[in-house]
Amino acid sequence: MKRVCLTVTGMCLIVLHAFSQGSPKDTSTYKPRALKLDEVEIVSSYYDQTANKSAVSGGQTGPMGNANVTDLSNGVELTFVGWDKHQGKNTLTAGLGYDAHTAASQAWVSKTGASKKSGTRIYPSLNWAHENALKGTGYELGAYYSTEYNYRSIGFDAGISQKTRDKNGEFSAKLTTYFDEVKLIYPSEFVKGLITNNTDSTIYITGFNGQTEAIPPGATSKRDKKDVPSSPRDTYSAAFSYSQVFNPRLQGSVELDLVEQTGYLGLPFHRVYFTNGQDTIEKLPSQRFKLPIGFRLNYFLGDDVILKAYYRFYIDDWGVRSHTASLEVPIKISSFFSVSPFYRYYIQTAANYFAPFEKHLTTDTYYTSNYALSAFSANLFGAGIRLAPPKGILDKHFNSLELRYAHYTETTDLVSNVISLDLKFR
Amino acid sequence: MRMQKWILRLSLAAVALSTTVVSCQPVKEYQKNRLNDSEMTLSNRKVEKEEMNMESYREGSSGANGGKTGGGCGCN
Repeated sequence: MKRVCLTVTGMCLIVLHAFSQGSPKDTSTYKPRALKLDEVEIVSSYYDQTANKSAVSGGQTGPMGNANVTDLSNGVELTFVGWDKHQGKNTLTAGLGYDAHTAASQAWVSKTGASKKSGTRIYPSLNWAHENALKGTGYELGAYYSTEYNYRSIGFDAGISQKTRDKNGEFSAKLTTYFDEVKLIYPSEFVKGLITNNTDSTIYITGFNGQTEAIPPGATSKRDKKDVPSSPRDTYSAAFSYSQVFNPRLQGSVELDLVEQTGYLGLPFHRVYFTNGQDTIEKLPSQRFKLPIGFRLNYFLGDDVILKAYYRFYIDDWGVRSHTASLEVPIKISSFFSVSPFYRYYIQTAANYFAPFEKHLTTDTYYTSNYALSAFSANLFGAGIRLAPPKGILDKHFNSLELRYAHYTETTDLVSNVISLDLKFR
Repeated sequence: MRMQKWILRLSLAAVALSTTVVSCQPVKEYQKNRLNDSEMTLSNRKVEKEEMNMESYREGSSGANGGKTGGGCGCN
């Protein structure tokens, strides 16, 4: 916790220093302007989870099934805004995120529980958006990168938006692709020993990538611990949304995603135990099509209360169907201070390939004991506060502060808490 | 469990009813002060990012919320 406080305090001081060089100029009259730093946003979160039946240990309970997790996530986004001569607004956003986690289940990648329990993830991003308020059009392009010990991802997206003639409706479409690489780190009992000096006749070793290596007498295996093969996972998604203003107090939207995933869609260190007690590695189809559709409705009730309702229906070709419903009620205590309690209910059916510990048959084509693919329901509730005084918080550049706490419980016995802090500087 | 299913069904009915009953009326820019309130945005806020990440890791479904639909990290 001390590290979280120090990190956030340090980032705030750096940002305040960056803005202290000049005062904001009046932008009410239109003038073309080159890109200029407009906003800095820092988001920090701490996540804590207690759970059992980890996928690494094939869904078993007890010490090997420990699935406790902690995650400290920090992200900073710099937004630069400029205006072209056609009154078009250009926004360039550069982001950098850093996560550090501990996961008890990771220890059991090794059969003895001796594997490393912690890891980090770094994810920079770059996004450019162009908006023309007169024409009601918008375009955007984005690039993303994420790297962690066993996973690497490169992503791109492109989107367009068009407002209706009366500016009360807006249609948008976005195409996103991720080209990911999953490192094939298997549970230790499935990793063959490395041959350092072959004293026998020629040995042939077939790796997890299917390639066979020949090791003649007196030679050493070319593979070492760092040379773990990877397998691709590609994601293609098309997201469509339409938003509509109904009256001065009510607006809503509908969002539809079409998602196709191909490649290695499981994780190689997830075990599965068959009914005969024998263990193996999770096996899932190499293709998945997802179809979520969501509806939002926001209503300003009176002068101080807002009702934000959301519902999503999800279906995929692995057999998962889910319903999500949530309600958030921001209450304005004053013009710059609000409190937002919220509740979310979630329920899903199991994937066709899920079975608990030692329930899969050796004749099954696909198998997993990952409880994220089991049938369960979940409740999430909590509250957030938002502070955005017109003259800033402590300093005129410290624009707003949001703090949010959420408590999550699943019928799988997973319980988690997440607390997040969002600071904006302009 | 049965009660929660009923709450879910009633919420859905309320959402469907309100969208059909409330007729659209033209709203001028100067009438949008409430709609332009920062709490009225039709998207998730950045402060919810970790919650959405957690949900996409722990649940079998994702998407239709402006967040990730798969890929980009070790989740599905």
